[in-house]
Amino acid sequence: MKVAVTVNGTKQEHEVEPRTLLVHYLREVVGLTGTNIGCDTSSCGACTVLLDGQSVKSCTVLAVQADGAEITTIEGLASDGQLHPMQEAFRQHHGLQCGYCTPGMVMAAVSLLDENPAPTEAEVREGLEGNLCRCTGYHNIVKAVLAAAEGAAS
Amino acid sequence: MTATETPAATTVLGSRLLRKEDPALLTGEGRYVDDLVVPGALWLGLVRSTVAHARVSVDVGPALDAPGVVAAFTGDDLLDAWAAPLPCAWPVTEDMKAPEHRPVAAGTACYVGDIVAVVVAESRAAARDAVEAVLVDYDELPAVVDLEEAAEDRVLVHEDLGTNRSYTWELTPDADAVERAFAEAAHTVSERYVQQRLIPAAMEPRGVVVVPAPHGGEYTVYSSTQIPHILKVMLAATTGVPEHKIRVIAPAVGGGFGSKLNVYAEEVLALALARKLGRPVRWTEERSEAAVATIQGRGQIQHIELAADAAGKVTAVRVRLLADLGAYLQLVTPGIPLLGAFLYHGVYDIPAYSFSCTGVFTTKTPTDAYRGAGRPEATYAIERAMDALAVEVGVDPAEIRRRNFIPTDAFPYSSAPGLVFDSGDYEPALARALEMVGYEELRAEQARRRESGSTAHLGVGISFYVEMCGLAPSRVLASLNFGAGGWEAATVRVLPTGMVQVVTGTSPHGQGHETSWSMIVADRLGVDPDHVEVLHSDTDVSPHGLDTYGSRSLAVGGTAVWHACEKVVAKARTIAAHQLEVAEEDLEFSGGQFQVRGSPDRAMPIQAVAFQAFLAHDLPEGMEPGLSAQVVWDPPNFTFPFGAHIAVVEVDEETGRVQLLRYVAVDDCGNQVNPLIVEGQVHGGILQGVAQALWEEAAYDGDGNLRSATLADYLVPSAAEAPSYELDHTVTPSPTNPMGVKGVGEAGTIGAAPAVMNAIVDALSPLGVTDIDMPASPHRVWSAIRAAKEAQQ
Repeated sequence: MKVAVTVNGTKQEHEVEPRTLLVHYLREVVGLTGTNIGCDTSSCGACTVLLDGQSVKSCTVLAVQADGAEITTIEGLASDGQLHPMQEAFRQHHGLQCGYCTPGMVMAAVSLLDENPAPTEAEVREGLEGNLCRCTGYHNIVKAVLAAAEGAAS
Repeated sequence: MTATETPAATTVLGSRLLRKEDPALLTGEGRYVDDLVVPGALWLGLVRSTVAHARVSVDVGPALDAPGVVAAFTGDDLLDAWAAPLPCAWPVTEDMKAPEHRPVAAGTACYVGDIVAVVVAESRAAARDAVEAVLVDYDELPAVVDLEEAAEDRVLVHEDLGTNRSYTWELTPDADAVERAFAEAAHTVSERYVQQRLIPAAMEPRGVVVVPAPHGGEYTVYSSTQIPHILKVMLAATTGVPEHKIRVIAPAVGGGFGSKLNVYAEEVLALALARKLGRPVRWTEERSEAAVATIQGRGQIQHIELAADAAGKVTAVRVRLLADLGAYLQLVTPGIPLLGAFLYHGVYDIPAYSFSCTGVFTTKTPTDAYRGAGRPEATYAIERAMDALAVEVGVDPAEIRRRNFIPTDAFPYSSAPGLVFDSGDYEPALARALEMVGYEELRAEQARRRESGSTAHLGVGISFYVEMCGLAPSRVLASLNFGAGGWEAATVRVLPTGMVQVVTGTSPHGQGHETSWSMIVADRLGVDPDHVEVLHSDTDVSPHGLDTYGSRSLAVGGTAVWHACEKVVAKARTIAAHQLEVAEEDLEFSGGQFQVRGSPDRAMPIQAVAFQAFLAHDLPEGMEPGLSAQVVWDPPNFTFPFGAHIAVVEVDEETGRVQLLRYVAVDDCGNQVNPLIVEGQVHGGILQGVAQALWEEAAYDGDGNLRSATLADYLVPSAAEAPSYELDHTVTPSPTNPMGVKGVGEAGTIGAAPAVMNAIVDALSPLGVTDIDMPASPHRVWSAIRAAKEAQQ
């Protein structure tokens, strides 16, 4: 089947098998490997991307379901060599260690602030519940998201 | 020795420098094994036993007929591919029993997940489909799941061994002293604790790609491993490919926690089949596959007894362990419980010591290193038992610890089991943690709640750990029969333009070595940390190394970098003295400049020295050109970090629900190179320990099926469950190495589980609850409350 999407501002058009998951399409067909796969039960969130501005686990969406959509992956977040404020906040607050959950976590955090620009700590924790990290204990991720929210507000 | 400030030669060491690793990882540039694009690669599919114990007959014929399938093999088909079985590098006793461990089982499968056939196909999907097509006939044998039952040998995992008991390892320096202490004791406690099996669950599943160069005979192995160097040696040993023809690269690695400190069947198979087929071969683990195919951690039943005098001063500790090895011995399986064998007296000055561990086979996934590896288990047992003793003696848990601490003036401290603790100062760390948590107020609040009859029980749990890190002095490893040394290598090169390359034998996978090693170089050479590049995890770039595990990297590998810098400075000083025409003693080196004493205008920066060393136009007679140095450093001793952790919980008597209200940790890892990274390590470590206490368990049914094989069933905590951590630290430098560093990668995990469980038991003590098995799920807690109430009626 044909799928036509815009990924990080670039139009893409490919023939794919109907069973192709969006995450496999992004990684193997479009060649954007920043989006990671961490599980097979839609539990870990490592594959989180923005689909028309909404965060989705790209392992739960078929590529053909995304037809016509605008997709943003971690590769599309920084611009002109400048990290996105959320990426910068993760860096400033040491919100990553091995980096494997990081692309999905950052995308989920961007989406979280989009929906709730001034979250409480509890709201950040609840909002990131679908994204697992094994390294950081979440402390610095939560700090980073709160700092990014504050930075955006000021 | 405790100080509040980190002494540092420059401002860079001890600073919160942001990580160099981050920009790539934050933008999706990190290249993990599955991200690698390898033209023409074939995909492996592993056919895994769905039965815990069975004679298997395998027909790969139908798979060979499936589209895209290139080859398929049973265990018997591959017998000639192996020069040796999968390795166990730690035969802990002379008479240890070890089953032959083939990458593909031939004849009998011994756990769910045991590989019984392998298919090779043109695509990931084709390999997956072909796995389904292989016919496996199972002639079921009884499973042996329960550890204590397995130790009784009624059903054998490996019939040819004649027993499930692989080994018994004992350490009792003075048996009479132990007997006497128990005979004369005013108080004794005898406790039984269960260390459930855990799934390490690094976020990146494992993966391997082997690219052959058929005409040259070389193989490049990309693996999601913590140990590229050790893996290279072991791949040569198992496949017979000469070691110098194998290059192992660990690209970006998404966490390990010990689970990637191993030599796995899939790695060995990928190499053997790339050789056989002359094409690249790759495999990426799926998460549900990982649950059975990657090693699990813990899995022990612990009996610990303490003897104490009337004041609660402990006079002896006696420990008997059963360790669940699983079905086979992986790389260091039998030695893991023994990494705790020397630490069952904890931070306490206990004169009489007896330890024994029996390793037992079961029909389950092999166990091996998981964050802390033997030390969390030891800390759990002694710290839970100290709380039990506090109840027995009738003193506060903080007080029983103070009465037994190794006194500060006793360091270096020779412990009863035979270690020399490098440095320690325990009271200030405990005092600080108690102060931070507001201990007195919490006890008052607890008393108020108890008086009011509240069913929301408040509990406070203390744990005080010490660990042995900086693995390890090679001679000590020899005495433990460990199959490798404990040294680490580093090369420091100042390039002609003044930029610095560091080659390290450590292999980071989240720990930030590129940042920390750059800081060490910046400190010693007086250069900008951004002018330092750290190369690692590629055996052609870094040929010497023993990799990253056991909180060893900074204390051993970082120290090697430090020494290499000193050698570079020494050579540079000779060159600078020659060119400035002064004696070496007349040169002062600071801030990257060799300065002639008393002549402010006569100086030479180290970058200029490097260029002169490169030109080699005017070097001292006989000196080799170039400015670089290599060091292989073997540490003289372990390091012994410590810390006080306190958990505050609320337990709902009606539902058994445990809420972790607060978590305070005061850790002492000696001098800190980068506190930002130290804190991150402690945070993540704590949550893994908390998770053992509250949520995680690799649960098997009686037939040996893993019931928690997906992340939907195995409860890795999310941000919503995690607490916010309140941290502080003390600084007691290690005298073992010049930077006074100790290591911090496992500290949080070691401290956390006993703190949380002590808090839960403390909360429920008025109801008569004295122990709850981990994880303390609402059902377990509720059942323990009910059982205690019934017993009291």
